[in-house]
Amino acid sequence: MSNTTMTPGIQPGRLPGENLDVNFQDLHPPLTPHEAHVAADRCYFCHDAPCMTACPTSIDIPLFIRQIMTGTPEAAARTILEQNILGGMCARVCPTETLCEEVCVRETAEGQPVEIGRLQRYATDTLMARNSHPFARAAETGKRVAVVGAGPAGLACAHRLAMKGHDVVMYDARAKAGGLNEFGIAAYKSTEDFAAREVAWLLGIGGITVETGRSLGAGLSLEQLKQDHDAVFLGIGLAGVNALSVAGAEKDGVVDAVSFIAELRQAEDLATLPVGRRVVVIGGGMTAIDAAVQSRLLGAESVTVAYRRGADRMGASQFEQDLAASKGVRIMTNVMPVAVHGNGAASEVELEYTQDVDGRLTGTGETVRLVADQVFKAIGQTLQGAPEGLEITRGKIVVTGGGRTSVKGVWAGGDCALGGEDLTVTAVAEGRDAAEDIHKALMG
Amino acid sequence: MADLTTTFLGITSPNPFWLASAPPTDKEYNVRRAFEAGWGGVVWKTLGMEGQPVVNVNGPRYGAIFGADRRLLGLNNIELITDRDLHRNLEEITRVKKDYPDRALIVSIMVPCEEEAWKAILPLVEATGADGIELNFGCPHGMAERGMGSAVGQVPEYITMVTEWCKMYYSKPVIVKLTPNITDIRQPARAAFKGNADAVSLINTINSITSVNLDAMSPEPMIDGKGTHGGYCGPAVKPIAMNMCAEIARDPETNGKPISAIGGITTWRDAAEFMALGAGNVQVCTAAMTYGFKVVQEMISGLSQWMDEKGYEKTSDFVGMAVPNVTDWQYLNLNYVTKARIDQDACISCGRCYAACEDTSHQAIDMSIDRVFTVKDDECVACNLCVNVCPVEGCIEMVELEMGALDERTGEIVKPYANWTSHPNNPGAIKAAE
Ligand SMILES: Cc1cc2nc3c(=O)[nH]c(=O)nc-3n(C[C@H](O)[C@H](O)[C@H](O)COP(=O)(O)OP(=O)(O)OC[C@H]3O[C@@H](n4cnc5c(N)ncnc54)[C@H](O)[C@@H]3O)c2cc1C
Ligand SMILES: Cc1cc2nc3c(=O)[nH]c(=O)nc-3n(C[C@H](O)[C@H](O)[C@H](O)COP(=O)(O)O)c2cc1C
Ligand code: SF4
Ligand code: SF4
Ligand code: SF4
Repeated sequence: MSNTTMTPGIQPGRLPGENLDVNFQDLHPPLTPHEAHVAADRCYFCHDAPCMTACPTSIDIPLFIRQIMTGTPEAAARTILEQNILGGMCARVCPTETLCEEVCVRETAEGQPVEIGRLQRYATDTLMARNSHPFARAAETGKRVAVVGAGPAGLACAHRLAMKGHDVVMYDARAKAGGLNEFGIAAYKSTEDFAAREVAWLLGIGGITVETGRSLGAGLSLEQLKQDHDAVFLGIGLAGVNALSVAGAEKDGVVDAVSFIAELRQAEDLATLPVGRRVVVIGGGMTAIDAAVQSRLLGAESVTVAYRRGADRMGASQFEQDLAASKGVRIMTNVMPVAVHGNGAASEVELEYTQDVDGRLTGTGETVRLVADQVFKAIGQTLQGAPEGLEITRGKIVVTGGGRTSVKGVWAGGDCALGGEDLTVTAVAEGRDAAEDIHKALMG
Repeated sequence: MADLTTTFLGITSPNPFWLASAPPTDKEYNVRRAFEAGWGGVVWKTLGMEGQPVVNVNGPRYGAIFGADRRLLGLNNIELITDRDLHRNLEEITRVKKDYPDRALIVSIMVPCEEEAWKAILPLVEATGADGIELNFGCPHGMAERGMGSAVGQVPEYITMVTEWCKMYYSKPVIVKLTPNITDIRQPARAAFKGNADAVSLINTINSITSVNLDAMSPEPMIDGKGTHGGYCGPAVKPIAMNMCAEIARDPETNGKPISAIGGITTWRDAAEFMALGAGNVQVCTAAMTYGFKVVQEMISGLSQWMDEKGYEKTSDFVGMAVPNVTDWQYLNLNYVTKARIDQDACISCGRCYAACEDTSHQAIDMSIDRVFTVKDDECVACNLCVNVCPVEGCIEMVELEMGALDERTGEIVKPYANWTSHPNNPGAIKAAE
């Protein structure tokens, strides 16, 4: 092996394969039966449980944990999946520290919440290992619904519609279904091809056709979809990215974090994936942290996240920030990029210190240069490819009630729709609720 | 999915889980919500005679025993029967039954041991449309002092007598609820069936003092410096209740008679165990009082998952299946030899098995300098104590020695079935052989 963490430039194979295997292992490894038993025993079966209220899909957490406790993890999985058909993925990717586990009464009591996320994984893994689909379709209604986007929102919507007896056609621009589950989530959260396995398992309900490589706006039109189907659901996520408008942003080595992550997620062999020796990530959200951590895990010598505001304003949770720190990522706050320097390829990022002046972010004039041969832009994704005629506010499709857009017969949910946090679990909730609303609308 | 619909004494309910006569079933408000939560039936909180209702204490009426992490294991109470007006209760029962025709509604009754008293109340109960009655011969405190409750349940002749009155003045099923505060549970059960009871239910609560306040030097719950024995229930009483259930189920005089089991039922598994021991359905009190009505959802999902896995289509498929395997000690196979086996991958080296075996059993566990624990087959009598004290479920297993294998402890070869009745050390057996 020729490359090391010290090799200059952007290079593959900085670490031996076995190190990569270890680095990209499960972030939250599965619980053994004994661990699950002990963890489940801690749940108080709270009344009107705060954890359940905090879950965007309102999973009956006390019930499913009790079902684990009494030796029926399969029944627990059913309880989870009834509310959240992607309960397996959510168990892996939900920032539980800001959702259910944050409000667990045992967090209040002992500063140590019940491990809801890992218990959820224990239950869903047990059921999925049986490779059976727990739900059956209702009698066919003869209605056809188009679902555009096969991410969490689209999948949840399609599954619920299929369960109600409707026929669903899913269209996705990409070559694979799954959305960001497949292309975006950090590799150490969705190991062993879980995203693809979960999609295959979900489709086990029947009644759903997936057409990949079909893009709304490029070949598919909303008009046509409306004509050919009884309803249309848009779950197209945020396919665009914000541009970095600083001098030198076009230089080689300056790339979108989401593209880097997508490439990483699709890499057959992580040793073939090039990464910089010194990486700077611009941004402060989950994407920034994921790009930074995974760069380090691939063998980058130094990785810095540069965020323009204070740590308290970062989109990434404290847990994510701590995770990054534990992997040796340096987080710089109150700095904004002003230029990328370098002869053709990036070699340095120039940052200016910032401060909050009357609520406005202002440069102090003092700058600092970081050596960087790779710069990841993680400054937000944007709605792209939304059809004409839909009301859009603050870059998102406006929806009311169960995901109804301003156009009759068209629903939307997930990251592309207004409201809720941009999280997998929120997308699932919105997709599911839109399906319920579509069902109501179709069945009168 | 398995069908949990259960018919008990001709009364059909969507599942075998009923709420026992107690505070959860004290009023319409509760019972309606219990039914909405999924309970298959309820036994209404015990009604008393017409006129002034009984009164309860106005201080604490419960005491408790906790397990690790303050899990409620046993509850004790000094509550009496309903302290609400009889007619108000009857009106509520009538309304609820009308609105929930598919759920079982049984009315629990306790009036003085006089024919007139029963003759007076039974037509009123009959008029509610409820599915049956349960005779509370079990309450061990307060009411017993007044000659009711367990004071009746401890005298088989009274049980037969009152049951007969009830069968005379009431047309629907009569369940007799037994007190466990008695040495041989078969006697009151036989007495109930002798009086033509349709079923027995058991257990009511057990006389108990749960704790003593060492500052005030009074039992808890303490009422103004004094306490009294109360009725014990909850998970802690389950083993006692199960044995009583099994004793009735395997008694030749009452074998096959309907039993509604009560006592510490908290999960689907508890219910399945009681039903395997002959109970046609189960009643629950403490679990609902600890976790709320919603706890039934786990019982429902768990029982149906287990039934699916076992291939049982309806609850009657497995009711009583364990009864033939409840036997007397003398018939146990003395040639059945097992040895404890420690799974070294699961073992966390706490040493509890060692302490238990070394100090109090048979010195059959070896502890190495680096804390590896292994069983000495030539010492292990297979008592199971290590299994029970080990904190890791499934870490220690009892492995059966095949027929013909050598038991290193006795130096003997494992032989076919033989029990105490023919054992050479048994004086009776020697005599029989002579
Ligand atoms: C790097 C990264 C890491 C993240 N990590 C987490 C995490 O750990 N936990 C968490 O909860 N959330 C995380 N998120 C957020 C989460 O992934 C999203 O909120 C979620 O995927 C949104 O689901 P969605 O279905 O709305 O959109 P997406 O998952 O984006 O799916 C949209 C789908 O629509 C398709 N599509 C787009 N445009 C078109 C078109 N014109 N025609 C046809 N198809 C189209 C896309 O190909 C895609 O398959 C992360 C996001 C990113 C970017
Ligand atoms: C507070 C309390 C009040 C009770 N009152 C009655 C009653 O009025 N009539 C009756 O038959 N049993 C009564 N019981 C006994 C229960 O119905 C039940 O037999 C007993 O609690 C055992 O079941 P468990 O372990 O599920 O609680 C009462 C129990 C409790 C805890
Ligand atoms: S808040 Fe915590 S203890 Fe309470 S039900 Fe939820 S997980 Fe259990
Ligand atoms: S449980 Fe309710 S009625 Fe009982 S003491 Fe507490 S607050 Fe009072
Ligand atoms: S009690 Fe169990 S875990 Fe502890 S040393 Fe013995 S076998 Fe190992």
